[in-house]
Amino acid sequence: MSTDVIMPQMGESIAEGTIVKWLKAVGDKVVRDEPLFEISTDKVDAEIPSPASGVLLEIKVGEGQTVAINTVVAIVGEGAGASAPAPSPAEAAPTPAPAPAPPIPAAEIPVSALAPPPTAPSAPAAPARPAASGSVEELRRTRSSPLVRRIAEEHGVEISSVNGTGISGRVTKSDILAFVAAGGAKSAPAAPAAAPAPAPAAATYTPAAPEAVRPTFKEGDRVRIEPMSIMRRRIAENMVASRRISAHVNTIFEMDCTKLVEVRNKLKGQFEADGAKLSYTPMIIKAVVESLKAFPVLNAAIQGDDVVYKQDINIGIAVALDWGLIVPVIKGADEQSLLGLSRSVGDLAERARTKRLKPEEVQDGTFTITNPGIYGGLFGTPIINQPQVAILGVGAIEKRPVVINDAIAIRTMSFFSLSFDHRLIDGAVADQFMAHLKTTLANFAA
Amino acid sequence: MTAEVTEQARQVTFLEAIREALREEMQRDEKVFLIGEDIGSYGGAFKVTEGLHAEFGADRVIDTPISEAAIVGAAAGAAMMGFKPVAEMQFIDFISCAFDQLTNVVSKWRYRMGFGVPIVVRGPCGGGVRGGPFHSGNPEAFFANSAGLKIVEPSTAYDAKGLLKAAIRDPDPVLFFEHKFLYRLPRLREALPDEDYVVPIGKAAVRREGTDLTIVTFGAMVYRALDAADRLAEAGISAEVVDLRTIVPLDVETVLASVRKTNRAIVLHEASRTGGYGGEISATITEKAFEWLDAPIIRVASLDTPVPYSPPLEDFYLPQVDDIVEAATKLSAY
Repeated sequence: MSTDVIMPQMGESIAEGTIVKWLKAVGDKVVRDEPLFEISTDKVDAEIPSPASGVLLEIKVGEGQTVAINTVVAIVGEGAGASAPAPSPAEAAPTPAPAPAPPIPAAEIPVSALAPPPTAPSAPAAPARPAASGSVEELRRTRSSPLVRRIAEEHGVEISSVNGTGISGRVTKSDILAFVAAGGAKSAPAAPAAAPAPAPAAATYTPAAPEAVRPTFKEGDRVRIEPMSIMRRRIAENMVASRRISAHVNTIFEMDCTKLVEVRNKLKGQFEADGAKLSYTPMIIKAVVESLKAFPVLNAAIQGDDVVYKQDINIGIAVALDWGLIVPVIKGADEQSLLGLSRSVGDLAERARTKRLKPEEVQDGTFTITNPGIYGGLFGTPIINQPQVAILGVGAIEKRPVVINDAIAIRTMSFFSLSFDHRLIDGAVADQFMAHLKTTLANFAA
Repeated sequence: MTAEVTEQARQVTFLEAIREALREEMQRDEKVFLIGEDIGSYGGAFKVTEGLHAEFGADRVIDTPISEAAIVGAAAGAAMMGFKPVAEMQFIDFISCAFDQLTNVVSKWRYRMGFGVPIVVRGPCGGGVRGGPFHSGNPEAFFANSAGLKIVEPSTAYDAKGLLKAAIRDPDPVLFFEHKFLYRLPRLREALPDEDYVVPIGKAAVRREGTDLTIVTFGAMVYRALDAADRLAEAGISAEVVDLRTIVPLDVETVLASVRKTNRAIVLHEASRTGGYGGEISATITEKAFEWLDAPIIRVASLDTPVPYSPPLEDFYLPQVDDIVEAATKLSAY
């Protein structure tokens, strides 16, 4: 008896994954739930445990290869080790690609107040439904309406590359006509792109304008060329997209963090006794939460012509990794004590570094804090994590001479920088938020 | 002041326009006669036929017992013998009593026998006048599914007169629904041409031009749609209002031309939603203009209940301007 090992679906809207590394070789014994391979997807990198105990009989997908979810990537079974690799003929058959997304059942249309509740479309029976089929929201974004599809075809426009202002970010007639009028259309309906990257779930955005300078290095030149990891590609896309979407402006305040040091020294032992490590980060989160409550527009998003004020305060914490960067999210940060925040920060950072984050733990952030000061940088000018509207950069926290009441004193200071989206937040509001945060930090109490 | 009064006096209401059509057609063609309950010396429940009994006599303005089946049956028989009867239903709700005559005899006659039954069955339809469940009906959908019947529902005095004349002259049966809310509505008063005219059956009219969405409707709902369009214009949404005027046969070309322009459509009618004629219009648009749609087609219709008698409940039941504005706002944001 053997068990197929499949590429798992690491979260809604994930269509494919890349095998980064096999942790076992063919012939190795594996125990159920023992890490078998590492994958990288749009959202997270993760170690995938073996679904069964036995021997790794066959590896069907090599390192570096990207396959659709539910593809069989390996077979684990009872075998005599490396000498019995022969899979059954059925298993040797080429793995069929997952069926294309089933057509959406009549989408529910919550328009008329008089409308009776829409009949629920019957759930697809097939268990191996590819994730690419997506939700109604995704289909609205990527497929829009018959009219828009017709216009897109006529002008050779990729619908997902147009910024939509309709329901669920749907591309409307006026959106695509404006896109075409602005010269967004390609010269001709090009042949289908080799592998169109799935649209990021967070927001649709216009693709990069043709690069002004495109380097043309090739193998043989005095260079080393290696493909970007999926995470690198996503970071690249998301950063450029965010710059294009938001009107970034920065404001920088010098914060007196002396109180944080005092509180930390006072509580450090107590927290350690409770099994938590008290760093500055949870204290800063706590202060930021207070200021976000006072200025909810920084905890908002822009949706079409609407401003969406979020009732949850979910703080993303940028965690630097050896192989990139990830932003796990502390959900309901406003509902946690300092101890709870400390535990959350420690847990998420640890699991980010060991690739054990769940997809939902990097989603739904409403505000992000990053730490450009970790290597001593005075301050940074971070890029907003879409679809949020602001991000706080914490500079190096260090003792500096400061003037207090005409005397020079030694205080623990730090430059905090706020990058905010001027589409929604004006400079005065951003500065009021920072002033509020400054007061909160200066008077910080656990 | 005197001049204004004179000017007003020459203008007619929706109801008077219908009476003018009946009178002129009876003067034009002696085969035309009227038959119905209390339409003689009493002049009809709504006084549509007032004065006609005195002018044309009891042989051409015939009072009957309370039996819609008998009225339509007698009219059908007379039509087969060469007359051009116009039967009145005191309230259109009771046309259901003549359902068998209309659907099994009148509508099929041309196909069975090779010649048509040129009758007009007319009467007051619609709600909004606190008429309750037996006197507020809109039965067009029952008959739209009976091939062989034409169904007309005008919304202006000019159209009421011109379409009724066209219906009387039509060689086949025509159901002529008169929304009673419009009978004496002041905003419908208008001066009509002195000369004879007809409005062709099967032709819709664009009552208001717009670019963002189309409201397809008919009868009294035309005015709800126009009022909603005014409100929508304030919000920057340009609504086009298409008045079908004829329900069957549907003027597909005019509807599609509008939807191809605006790419979004609301279908509005006063009858209940489920099984209503709005579904037919919506399906037709989807079949013939799918690639021009930028959003789903939305029906705005009455609730799936009988028409309530209580005024607040009737207002809640019927599509109001607010309902149309809300649907249009959501549709335009789709």
